[in-house]
Amino acid sequence: MTTSTTLTPAASSVAIVRRPKRLRSLWLLVSLGALAGLMLASVMIGSREVSWAEIMAALGGSVDGFGPAAVATRIPRTLLAVVAGAALGLSGAVMQGVTRNPLADPGILGVNVGASLAVVCGMAYFGLTSASGMIWVAIAGAGATAVFVYTIGSLGRGGSTPLKLALAGAATSAALASFVTAVVLPRNDIAEGVRSWQIGGVGGVTLESIRVVAPFLLVGLIVSLLSARSLNSLALGDDLAAGLGERVAIARAAAAIGAVVLCGAVTAVAGPIGFVGLVVPHACRLIVGVDHRWLLPFSAVLGAALLTGADVLGRIVARPSEIDVGIITALIGAPFFIYIVRRRKVREL
Amino acid sequence: MTLESVQTAVQTGPDAPPLSTAQVVARGRVRRTARRRWVIGVLAALIVLGYAVSLLVGQTFYSPAEVIGVILGQDVPGASFTVGRLRLPRATLAVLAGLCFGLGGVTFQTMLRNPLASPDIIGISSGASAAAAFAIVSLSISGTAVSALAIGAGLGVALLIYTLSFKGGVLGTRLILIGIGIAAMLDSLTAYVLSRAAMWDLQEATRWLTGNLNGVSWAQTVPVLVALVLLAPVLLGQSRNLSMSQLGDDTASALGVRVERSRLILIIAAVGLIAFATAAAGPIAFVAFLAGPIAARIVGPGVSLLVPAALVGALLVLVGDFLGQFAFGTRLPVGVITGVLGAPYLIYLIIRTNRAGGSL
Repeated sequence: MTTSTTLTPAASSVAIVRRPKRLRSLWLLVSLGALAGLMLASVMIGSREVSWAEIMAALGGSVDGFGPAAVATRIPRTLLAVVAGAALGLSGAVMQGVTRNPLADPGILGVNVGASLAVVCGMAYFGLTSASGMIWVAIAGAGATAVFVYTIGSLGRGGSTPLKLALAGAATSAALASFVTAVVLPRNDIAEGVRSWQIGGVGGVTLESIRVVAPFLLVGLIVSLLSARSLNSLALGDDLAAGLGERVAIARAAAAIGAVVLCGAVTAVAGPIGFVGLVVPHACRLIVGVDHRWLLPFSAVLGAALLTGADVLGRIVARPSEIDVGIITALIGAPFFIYIVRRRKVREL
Repeated sequence: MTLESVQTAVQTGPDAPPLSTAQVVARGRVRRTARRRWVIGVLAALIVLGYAVSLLVGQTFYSPAEVIGVILGQDVPGASFTVGRLRLPRATLAVLAGLCFGLGGVTFQTMLRNPLASPDIIGISSGASAAAAFAIVSLSISGTAVSALAIGAGLGVALLIYTLSFKGGVLGTRLILIGIGIAAMLDSLTAYVLSRAAMWDLQEATRWLTGNLNGVSWAQTVPVLVALVLLAPVLLGQSRNLSMSQLGDDTASALGVRVERSRLILIIAAVGLIAFATAAAGPIAFVAFLAGPIAARIVGPGVSLLVPAALVGALLVLVGDFLGQFAFGTRLPVGVITGVLGAPYLIYLIIRTNRAGGSL
């Protein structure tokens, strides 16, 4: 992930909270190191331990024996965890920037469930099976839900307050989840596939499906990272951003499209995974401050680390079986959500 | 009723003898109570009708004489099994669970003065459901122990939400958001428990995630009946205190309500009802949430909503279950029907409150 082009520390007209550049770079190195360690752990840890030699053998393309074979199945899931985590963390950071709302997250806003419903309907009614078709459908569903929730959440006085947005998202998720169940239940043939996909899992993924989703994620990544500057302006408020020469509506729409493409594509391959997009940007803000040119790449790295870590944890806790990564992230993320709600002043909620 | 509206009421009708304010207030009260009584009557009649239909109609139709025979304990070929073992416990549990959810939901909504503060939104149902699923699926226990565990979890969640949202006083909005967070966590726990089960049974899963009445037997129905008989009178006995607590804690205590004690009783009774019903039928989506606002709309302001909301809840579950069984090609669980019906209403409610610019 080469993000150095967007990291040019040019003197910014939107100097907000700034950390020394050296400290930020140090943190970036530390997180990349942690991510590398977690990726290694993800390849090594599982119901069967593997040795270093076996990993090397598997990387060389050998699938002889249990060790290399286990590694061969763990490599794609590790890759997916990294890619999906990065996409979700980045998507959450962009959404929080676009909506200027600390509770914005693909899970809380119901965007994940919207993508689920679209995919499930596609499978049930239109015989959708191709991976790329599912991604398009998921992105469409995610986008429609995002617009819907944001519209409801910003009705009335005060625009989209965190409370209104979170409530609109929760209500929409509940509604869409009911529809998903109603669509899936009568169809035993797709029920099992939908179930494993719905809880949110990176296990059982193949390199092929990662390859299909990669172009979408790449587009989303580029659009999101390019919107860092405009997000910095938007953070000052619409009027000031316009005064700084930002075309507010276009900038906001572009960033939102980037975020929706990211989380829609991830949902299509890994199912709805909640709370990564909520937790990661907040943690990153504590480390690198609020400059989006640092915050966005950092959120991607930490998101990847979080999801990979959650996946490894799910395999350690429930040996010899495993816990789906979506369950782990909910268990980690929900307390964090509560913490944010508690910390904020009543006025702002 | 505001002073002005009382005065306009007094001034209307030049021929009529002028009424004192007290008389006008009294008249208004009489009119409202009459309307409430009428509504209760109609709702009760509809429930009886729905109950009768669910007993008579199904894959096969049984005549009223046969059904009454079964209820009286006679041995009617065919009907004894279909009606006595399948339809009767199911329809009875539908009514009982609906009553429980309606009562519990409206109690929370009134107490916290917010329609969104219903037990199924702030995670209390999710807690009871997670505990029940854990007890049944992982510990393979059944009967009253399950209900006890569900109640313990429900009360625990209620306490947890209350404590977490306490920060120089409990604020409704904060409590709701924290409840939503807790609910997300508990639902994922339920999903985990279910995914660990030896074989993933979708019917069983929907019971604990959205509520389902398929395959209900008397063993599940009876505890709910007992809970309702014990706890409903407690709630109804507190109905005066509940209405006064809507005026705010200070006013209520000035009017002679022992606020803390009354709130504790209300919470325990409401959580008990919700937990017993959840342990038997699962957290039937949105019934606790919908019953109160619907009842409020039908009976109008200024009267206790407990009984009308309970009846609305029973009717919702009864009709939802019947529709789920027969209206579509396959049997859909009741929770899916109530969820599909209820969720748009929730969104509508949020749109309306947002438009009004209320703080929620």
